[in-house]
Amino acid sequence: MPDLESFRSETRAWLEANCPAEMREPVRDEADIYWGGRNATFKNDAQKAWFEACLEKGYTVPEWPTDYGGAGLSPAEGKVLKQEMARIKARPPLSSFGIWMLGPALLHFGTEAQKQRFLNEIARGEIRWCQGYSEPGSGSDLVSLQTFGEDKGDHWVVNGSKIWTSYADQADWIFCLVRTDKADKYRGITFMLFDMASEGVSTKPILLISGSSPFCETFFDDVQVPKDYGDGVTGYVGEINRGWDVAKYLLGHEREMISGMGGGGGMGSLGKAVMPSLGEDAMGRLDDPLLRAQLAELDVEALAFKAMAERFMDELKAKKNHPATPNMMKYAGTELNKRRHELIMASGGSEALEWDSEASNGGAKSRDWLRTKANSIEGGTSEVMLNVISKRILELPDA
Amino acid sequence: MPLYHDDDQTMLQDTVRPFMAAEGSIETQLRHWRDRECKDGFGHALWKQFAEMGFAGMLAGEEDGGLGMGHVEAGIVLEEIGRNLTPSPFLTTSVVGVTALNDASKDMRDQWLPGIIAGDTVLGIAIDEGAKFRPTHIAMQAERSGNGFKLNGRKQFVIQGASADMLIVAARTGGSVGETNGITLFAVEKDAAGLSAEAARLVDSAMGAHVAFDNVEVTADAVIGEVDQGWDVLTKMLHAGQTGAAAETVGVGAGAMDMTVNYLKERKQFGRTIGSFQALQHRAAHLYSEMEIARSTVLKAQQLLDEGDEGAPLMVSVAKAKASRAANLVVREGVQMHGGIGMTDEYDIGLYMKRDRALAEFMGDANYHANRVAEMNGY
Repeated sequence: MPDLESFRSETRAWLEANCPAEMREPVRDEADIYWGGRNATFKNDAQKAWFEACLEKGYTVPEWPTDYGGAGLSPAEGKVLKQEMARIKARPPLSSFGIWMLGPALLHFGTEAQKQRFLNEIARGEIRWCQGYSEPGSGSDLVSLQTFGEDKGDHWVVNGSKIWTSYADQADWIFCLVRTDKADKYRGITFMLFDMASEGVSTKPILLISGSSPFCETFFDDVQVPKDYGDGVTGYVGEINRGWDVAKYLLGHEREMISGMGGGGGMGSLGKAVMPSLGEDAMGRLDDPLLRAQLAELDVEALAFKAMAERFMDELKAKKNHPATPNMMKYAGTELNKRRHELIMASGGSEALEWDSEASNGGAKSRDWLRTKANSIEGGTSEVMLNVISKRILELPDA
Repeated sequence: MPLYHDDDQTMLQDTVRPFMAAEGSIETQLRHWRDRECKDGFGHALWKQFAEMGFAGMLAGEEDGGLGMGHVEAGIVLEEIGRNLTPSPFLTTSVVGVTALNDASKDMRDQWLPGIIAGDTVLGIAIDEGAKFRPTHIAMQAERSGNGFKLNGRKQFVIQGASADMLIVAARTGGSVGETNGITLFAVEKDAAGLSAEAARLVDSAMGAHVAFDNVEVTADAVIGEVDQGWDVLTKMLHAGQTGAAAETVGVGAGAMDMTVNYLKERKQFGRTIGSFQALQHRAAHLYSEMEIARSTVLKAQQLLDEGDEGAPLMVSVAKAKASRAANLVVREGVQMHGGIGMTDEYDIGLYMKRDRALAEFMGDANYHANRVAEMNGY
């Protein structure tokens, strides 16, 4: 495909000219990730320049249509861009739940007016979104959620609480599952959109075993959610009482995203990385034979998952795979990532135990290791993924 | 190139799958020949059919009368061989053997390829000298003698070695055990004086052979590639054989998986279909996940080999290791989930476990290849 090859060389040249050297360094802390939003600040000039260059090119959301702030790239072009960015280890210019989650839902279910407003805001990094799904009593059994929106004609009055709301304390708006019909479990949920600055919304960060607080409890006390924000921008996605369809679609995207982050096939060999610190034996092999064997098995698994991820994305673009495949990807990718971090800890030995020293970069290894334990819980536990695979793909019977 | 079969490859699969299900099934091939204690361990009539379908010479160049296809296409045939546990000389002859011959002289190609392409000729691959695969640990001697060489030594795990028309033999013309330099490949005809093959039936009913070379004389024309530099051709043979074995292993795993999932849907205990028990559902779902990943590695390795990509050797080892681990888990879980009937000879699931065991040892098991991955990654 000559067109794709010329796109590749153009992209390579553009990245070379526009991606600053600092933006090709590994992400070290939270401030290295640009999330956008009303209160966003850039960590440095390089982060700002890289974001602005991508924004102008439509590369904050490269595969979205140009009308909504994207670059309108074809899936094949999008893959080339990802490959070229990965080649120079370029950081994402903008990260957000708007890009990963709400955007895909709006592209699929949103009205034209919603797309024009919300997608452009997301693409420009103006509004930072958070996701209101889980509740204290509704984890794996999400559809049992109880947060209730009482119908008041042109608006709802929402009461209840959400948990594990990522960065709710820093988000501008929330996309939120709210029960609007108590009589129908599946067809009684509405996918609402509202401002976190609304009266009656409060958040409380949750301190995790990793020592950080990326998640919050979010409380709704008589929060008014309009059904229409004007100009046809409705305050809900899809149909009223059919929010579960949107949620399911979005969970699929979330599983794809998490599976894409996991695995670490693109991260390079852990064994190779730890060789200098662990030393080599007389044969030139890593001087800890059983750890070396585990690292070798990890390399096999990581490279295997990388091939799986490539096939999954290729088949997804050609609409060739089983619709439940993201569940398998999520399961395998998150389990692999946990295994990788167990071995990062084992390879780091006692030095990896340090929690806040400068040498340990603020306990990065142990904190990351602890963080990965959530991978196989959030967005559907491994056990739920296995349930879905056995029922929807293998078609094994219900109990 | 997207990581799935293109239209031509899908068409080939649509031809191969029903053909093998009908002609290569466990009942008509594996059990048939096994129960007759066939000394070759495979059916010559099916090998002829492979030739008529164009499979036997699919990797040979078009100028030599072959189809000039690649490892992806060979893998499509091998997956179905694996799924049906079909005893066949395809992997050793059409994949490993033809890969070697493609690097041989015109005279040698003219001597052997027409017979292979016609389904008349079978090759044996003689590399191993010990119980575990160690391709640099070749001790067998090939001394210069007049215009040719004199071969002395022993080879083992030579599949169909006793019924092969020609053996491709790795021997040492220089260097010492453990070195890649000094290895030379020879084409040795089955009736060469001093060559004796002792057949040994294997656990999966394939016929292996111990082959002894007692002053076997070959001419210089019998050398494949360069003297002392056989490692280059041998490496190509190994990559082809390892990727091919991985594809067959995926077929074995897929066949065992289908059988097991079907059994879970049929078997009733405690008044329920056992497939409704979560204790079995989660294990079955895990097997599915492992097999999908294994399948991806094999296709990736095949594509990289066909493209001549420098990353191919790493992916070949990943594929052999991952396919072995995944299929091995499937066959073991398959036997367990079948319960008592899985222990019977009458039921096929045990045959899958046997075939998996034999394939695992062919050209390096999962440990061998995981170790290779570590070496290639510099630790």
